[in-house]
Amino acid sequence: MLSSIIRVKRYVWRDWLMSYLFLLPAMGFFLLFVAYPMLKGVYISFFNYTLSQFDFVGLANYKHLFQDETFIKSMRNTVMIVIIAVPVVISFSIFVAMTIYRKSEWLRSLFRGIFYLPAVSSVVSITVVWASIYHPNYGILNYITGFFGAEPIAWLGEPRTALLSIILVLITTSVGQPIILYVASLGNIPASYIEAAQIDRASSGQIFRKIIWPMLMPTNLYIIVITTINSFQVFAIIQLLTSGGPMYETSTVMYGVYEQAFMLGSFGLASAMGVILAIVIGIISIIQFKYLGSDVEY
Amino acid sequence: MKTNRSPVISNGLVILFALLFIFPFYWIVTGAFKIQTVAVAIPPEWFPLEPTLQNFADLFKNPVWRWTFNSFFIASCEMIGVCLAASLAGYVLAKKSFPGRVIIFTLFVAAMALPKQVILVPLFTMLADFGWVDTYHGLILPAIGWPFGVFLMKQFAQTIPSELIEAAKIDGCSELRLFYNIVLPLLKPAMGALAIFTFINGWNDYFSQLILTRSTPMMTLPLGVATLQGEYTTPYGVLMAGAAIASVPMIAIFVLFQKSFTQGITMGAVKG
Repeated sequence: MLSSIIRVKRYVWRDWLMSYLFLLPAMGFFLLFVAYPMLKGVYISFFNYTLSQFDFVGLANYKHLFQDETFIKSMRNTVMIVIIAVPVVISFSIFVAMTIYRKSEWLRSLFRGIFYLPAVSSVVSITVVWASIYHPNYGILNYITGFFGAEPIAWLGEPRTALLSIILVLITTSVGQPIILYVASLGNIPASYIEAAQIDRASSGQIFRKIIWPMLMPTNLYIIVITTINSFQVFAIIQLLTSGGPMYETSTVMYGVYEQAFMLGSFGLASAMGVILAIVIGIISIIQFKYLGSDVEY
Repeated sequence: MKTNRSPVISNGLVILFALLFIFPFYWIVTGAFKIQTVAVAIPPEWFPLEPTLQNFADLFKNPVWRWTFNSFFIASCEMIGVCLAASLAGYVLAKKSFPGRVIIFTLFVAAMALPKQVILVPLFTMLADFGWVDTYHGLILPAIGWPFGVFLMKQFAQTIPSELIEAAKIDGCSELRLFYNIVLPLLKPAMGALAIFTFINGWNDYFSQLILTRSTPMMTLPLGVATLQGEYTTPYGVLMAGAAIASVPMIAIFVLFQKSFTQGITMGAVKG
């Protein structure tokens, strides 16, 4: 009796050990390259950390940032990008998905693929071509607007248009995944729901509001969260198209992190920016989950 | 169908948008074959009437083969590493019970919601301390730690019937053989999606490549093309040629594996 209990225990213990061994590679890489840098990022944000210095300065980096006009401008730009890009991405994706989801499999794949192209291509390729499209002298955009009598614009060089031009590129690279997800979840809505509503002479607006929208809620939540996070982190488009200019009009927090750390060499200040960004994103994600996720089952 | 007008309008709009989405790629490909005077001509030449290969010849004066090898090598290693680590971890997190399982899974999910870019500065200082900047392992290994793969594989492994695993155990199958012979074949669809996903992300992870690479031979293809863009003397045609070959492999992979890729994206999200 006792020996059988011991045998069972030993068996359970061995089973646990195997599980931990299976987890070890993923866990090891995760702890070393994700969890530890995260904690280290918070730690070094309290230091004046440059190539030659490493001095504890408490909250000085944070204090400095909240008085720094460039940082405040970057924060404002980042928020602007999120406020404009997220609703456009969501409504554009729903519109495209609604239009294509009942088409033949072939057409659906074709359109999904086309709208996913900018997301799957290297951001470097995207910016190379947009830089040429936006070019003030021989860009094709000015050529086209010229037909409507508009004066040529330095799209990326003027404070008025630079940020919007960046946002447009960001939007084209962001709609691919939402369209795929919306097409998938629209396909899961039973056709009988919509047919029943049509028999009852519901308008298409009513069908959308009362049936389709509520059924899309779990997908909406996920897409809003990931689009928000991605928009907060936009970096490559800005670094490659404007380097934050003109006069920091297109600088974002993420670009600021890069500039502080890798061009000016102040890692402590850059980490503090990163921490602030992470906190802002964290708070907004929680709000989105609370507000939108109340009737979502996971 | 109540009205016939609105589908016509929305179909038309979607086609128009699709054309606008394709246009940049058309412009890259045609631009790659234009000589400089044609590339900057106004009115623009919509199709290169006298196509040239000179841009590609000029482009390959840079170490483009090495850059291409680097991109493929880095993305492939990340792909293999992530698939291995994630399938092992995803399986035990879904199918085994052991102390700490819930905490570990929660840790992975919580980290996934945090912005990746935020850890890049401390990651860089850490890799610099290791002396890993400008090396292959410095570029490859950190990507394996990213928890999305574990999450995806765990979600998928949950759909494996437990009876199958129990039966194999009763037959005296060892844990490793059970994983290799039974679990792994069942995880294949998810693994395919994860592999493509990781490969494309690895190829396109511009920020990491930018900060972790120093020397020209260690650059990846996108990064190399980006440095050409920084030089104002580089003709447009050469940039377009670079842009074309930096994206063509990814577009080809996406087109070939679209089904599996689409499944992967939906698996990670819709089924939550």
